Amino acid sequence: MTDPVLALNGVTKSFGPIEILHGVDFALHPGEVHALIGENGAGKSTTMKILAGYLDPTGGQVTWQGKPVAFKGSDQAEDLGIIMIHQEFNLADHLSVDQNVFLGRELRRGLMLDHKAMRAQTAELLGQLQCRVDPGMPVNRISVPDKQMVEIAKALSRKARVLIMDEPTAVLTERETEVLFAQIERLRGEGVAILYTSHKLGEVKRIADRVTVLRDGTMVRSDLTADVSEDDMAAAMVGRELSDLFPQKTFQAAEPILEAQGITVPGVVHDASLTLHRGEVLGIGGLVGSGRTELAEAIAGLRPRSGTVRLKGQDLPGNDVAQAMRAGLVYLTEDRKGAGLLLDKSLRENLTLGQLDRFGSPLIDRKREETALDTAISDFAIRAPDRDMAVGDLSGGNQQKLLLAKTLLSDPQVVIIDEPTRGIDIGTKQQIYALIARLATEGRSIIVISSEMPELIGLASRVVVMHAGRIAGELVQGAVTEGNIVRLAMGMDGHEKDSAA
Amino acid sequence: MSMATTAPTRRPRVNLAMIAPVVALVVLVLIGMALNPNFLSYANITNVLARSAFIGIIAIGMTFVITAGGLDLSVGSMAAFVAGLMILVMNLLTDSMGGGLPVILLGVALALFAGLAAGFVNGILITRAGIEAFILTLGTMGIYRSLVTWLADGGTLSLGYEMRELYRPVYYGGILGISWPIIVFAVLAILGEITMRHTAFGRHCAAIGSNERVARYSSVAVLRVRLMTYVLLGTLVGIAVVMYVPRLGSASATTGLLWELEAIAAVIIGGTLLKGGFGRVWGTVVGVLILSLIGNLLNLTDFVSPYLNGAIQGVVIILAVVLQRNTGAAR
Repeated sequence: MTDPVLALNGVTKSFGPIEILHGVDFALHPGEVHALIGENGAGKSTTMKILAGYLDPTGGQVTWQGKPVAFKGSDQAEDLGIIMIHQEFNLADHLSVDQNVFLGRELRRGLMLDHKAMRAQTAELLGQLQCRVDPGMPVNRISVPDKQMVEIAKALSRKARVLIMDEPTAVLTERETEVLFAQIERLRGEGVAILYTSHKLGEVKRIADRVTVLRDGTMVRSDLTADVSEDDMAAAMVGRELSDLFPQKTFQAAEPILEAQGITVPGVVHDASLTLHRGEVLGIGGLVGSGRTELAEAIAGLRPRSGTVRLKGQDLPGNDVAQAMRAGLVYLTEDRKGAGLLLDKSLRENLTLGQLDRFGSPLIDRKREETALDTAISDFAIRAPDRDMAVGDLSGGNQQKLLLAKTLLSDPQVVIIDEPTRGIDIGTKQQIYALIARLATEGRSIIVISSEMPELIGLASRVVVMHAGRIAGELVQGAVTEGNIVRLAMGMDGHEKDSAA
Repeated sequence: MSMATTAPTRRPRVNLAMIAPVVALVVLVLIGMALNPNFLSYANITNVLARSAFIGIIAIGMTFVITAGGLDLSVGSMAAFVAGLMILVMNLLTDSMGGGLPVILLGVALALFAGLAAGFVNGILITRAGIEAFILTLGTMGIYRSLVTWLADGGTLSLGYEMRELYRPVYYGGILGISWPIIVFAVLAILGEITMRHTAFGRHCAAIGSNERVARYSSVAVLRVRLMTYVLLGTLVGIAVVMYVPRLGSASATTGLLWELEAIAAVIIGGTLLKGGFGRVWGTVVGVLILSLIGNLLNLTDFVSPYLNGAIQGVVIILAVVLQRNTGAAR
């Protein structure tokens, strides 16, 4: 076998006090397609970003052609021929396709840009990808799969020696995927080293020469693809023991409290229905982008929707979050910093923002607010060095606890929690799990949306799994296993197509 | 691009940007006292305060608009239009009703209503039609300015002599030696500060300006609150006009020229963040006073030509924004 062109040796990465990569060894060889797989949060993106120079490793070494290298940012890595295709597109929306392909490396003729040559070369690249987009079209007017193709064309236009692809097929149809695979095979033939990630294990089995599995920031296994089956891969991804991280489940059958029927959000959620019972913890699983968040936001009145939502027999109007909150239904966002908390405001102002009318009218009673904050700090064990500090300075775990306190301030009957423990440490996770269990024993009903399988299994007695905007299936009690969730989430079970559980 | 650096640490809230406007005001007063003994005289101080009342009343409303992440460039033209309309209607009413107090009361009511309606139009188009505040109010700025020119037929609209005499005391009169514009400005400033700091409306304005998405997810009625900021501003423009018309008794195409810029400048000098999320009415009051004192000082001294008034105000505005960027806005 050839020597690796780009490799990680014992690389660790910490964000603040939390280490999320623990000594990863990983090598990319010329002319080899190497798949990197793992659950959400396993550390795939971080690994790729370190390889492509977007992040510095905290410990360990990155080597380029056998020699240690410390990239001064992604530009330097790109100059060496390490090109990364991001999952979120890095395209300038208002520029045309060819302007994007050549962004930063525009072709010139004298002082002027050579529009003709750039357009012609772009057309040729897109032709290779059998993509029929007009190179002069602004990017914001082309479809999502076409954007992916433009990203790939952009990568192809650079002399890539290492190509890193973060779930390139997530938004592609089967036919487009075939075209992409043909290009990958061509590049492999030309000696390019390719890193490929996908949640679709069938694709991995087909295209990759070698597969490495990451779990919780640790490399669990690395084999030639020929030696492992899809089931082996799935087992390696999820094979983790559930510790006593999770509290006892206490749910007994009770009357329904929330019934969502035929919820559709154009383009993201299609005809999804679910029922939640009093005192129940219901899980919603599925990949990122499968429509989980959009479904929850539609139910909570944060998005326009069609379909009906009934809470305790009462119809809730669509797109009216205040009405849903008054009726006793709240949603805790997964986007803590973008939609959950005002990072530049104090704890008190954040806590009471949604409930100010309860703290005096016309003037807000500052004392009552402070009392509410005292209660929240002790109930939710929020550790803040200074209660007047901006919440942006709190740790992720304490921010999450504050967000929980804020969301629960209205004393809701139904709580939808989206990614309850994203980016927080294990100790705080356990506290939050205990809190969710306590809410359920108090007779409240909870929907937990999570990408972390153990979380769903540990908390929920029933799990609804989404795939591509539809409910792919429902798992109850004994059937709630990681394998079953993964299969439904990845669309591996054949019968999910139209079975709205 | 290296993202491996640690998160930037935030400085505590009490910083230079918080007290800078007050320091600047004190320095200006000290300079004034040193340069001209008449500076602190009763006549000069009341003159400065009364003249700053119009801009000040408008700037109070502007503080709410900017805090909620908006902007209104139309207030100067709006003031001219409302003033022109008020004078026109009062003259017509004098002809039919024969003048007297009822005409003045109707004129005042009309000015308040016209201001409110103009603010509502701005607000509804920004929130419901989703037009960028800058562009929309740039448009209405031109519309109102041209409407008053048209109403005045290119000239000046003047209040009838009898009405003018009757209405005059609203600007020139007062109680305990303090003229009405100053009293109205002070009362509105206090109410504004209380509204900003101690009511749900003020808190919601800051939340929307800070992060509109967070506000929406927290069930704040984002569109309604933003609409209300423009309605409030329009109403305050109406009040400013009610105080302004008795001063000269006329309105023309040049009435209220550049008031919008002075009002916005006062808000920013006072420490309200231009991009929204944090605002304080007392700061705006200080900002208004700073701008008027600069002009007054230049007139009282022959140190610097009064023609450079605009230049010095410009420097102060730029300094205020630089201070903001270096301290408060690191996020």
